[in-house]
Amino acid sequence: MEDALDTTLRFRFPSDFNESRGVRKRILSEIERQHYVPDAIFAITLALDEALINAIKHGNKLDPTKTVKVEATITPTQTEIIIEDEGPGFDRASIPDPTTEDNLHRLHGRGLMLIEAYMDEVEYSNGGRRLRMVRRNANGTCGGSCACPA
Amino acid sequence: MSESPTRLNITQIKDVSVVEFTDNKILDEMNISEIGQTLAGLAESKDRPKLLLDFANVDHLSSAALGMLINVNNRVLKQNGQLRLANIKPQIMEVFVITKLNRLFRIAAGRDEAMRSFE
Repeated sequence: MEDALDTTLRFRFPSDFNESRGVRKRILSEIERQHYVPDAIFAITLALDEALINAIKHGNKLDPTKTVKVEATITPTQTEIIIEDEGPGFDRASIPDPTTEDNLHRLHGRGLMLIEAYMDEVEYSNGGRRLRMVRRNANGTCGGSCACPA
Repeated sequence: MSESPTRLNITQIKDVSVVEFTDNKILDEMNISEIGQTLAGLAESKDRPKLLLDFANVDHLSSAALGMLINVNNRVLKQNGQLRLANIKPQIMEVFVITKLNRLFRIAAGRDEAMRSFE
């Protein structure tokens, strides 16, 4: 039988998409090794991609002298990912709702809402520089934390 | 066959440009930019363009890819053209529903249905 003990992975890397690919691959390999259900794998993949892009591009503004810290704790029941950048931070309330009629044609601004839709818990701290998100290993869009069809 | 990046397979069926995404992920910023430029070129190559985007191979896409698709849609509409999306897998379809972009795009279940929907 494969080892399915809890795993914590920690990374620190410069603001470069090439660097984040390895981090992404390592975390996703671990959730697959722990036999996560397909909906949870899809949700974590999507949220991780959006969060890494936000930290590198919108947080650190692609500045290679600034780093991104990632900590992922993967257990058989849930995955917690903390991503922190060194940018100016942001106020979540200032990001407009991309689903209103007026904003539907906007080209940007959907990453955070997708993270919030697909993860069970999402918290911003340190002035918006630090994102903590949790996804349970369960079917359904949000892992059972809302009324969506599982 | 049109000149296209390897990530796209473009065929002309009557007056419709049928574009198939060959990658299973539309995530990488560079790839998205490259795909967006090719699709914008198709949209602006003639008046009243007809574009069908086939998502049969796509398992993952990012919000940046959604932005690229909206940009292509805007350009097609500016040319009085028509854009159709087809063969979107259920998990990807849910992304369109959550973002309410299923209201912005004309989405068909399959390629045949999409072809029939052009006016």
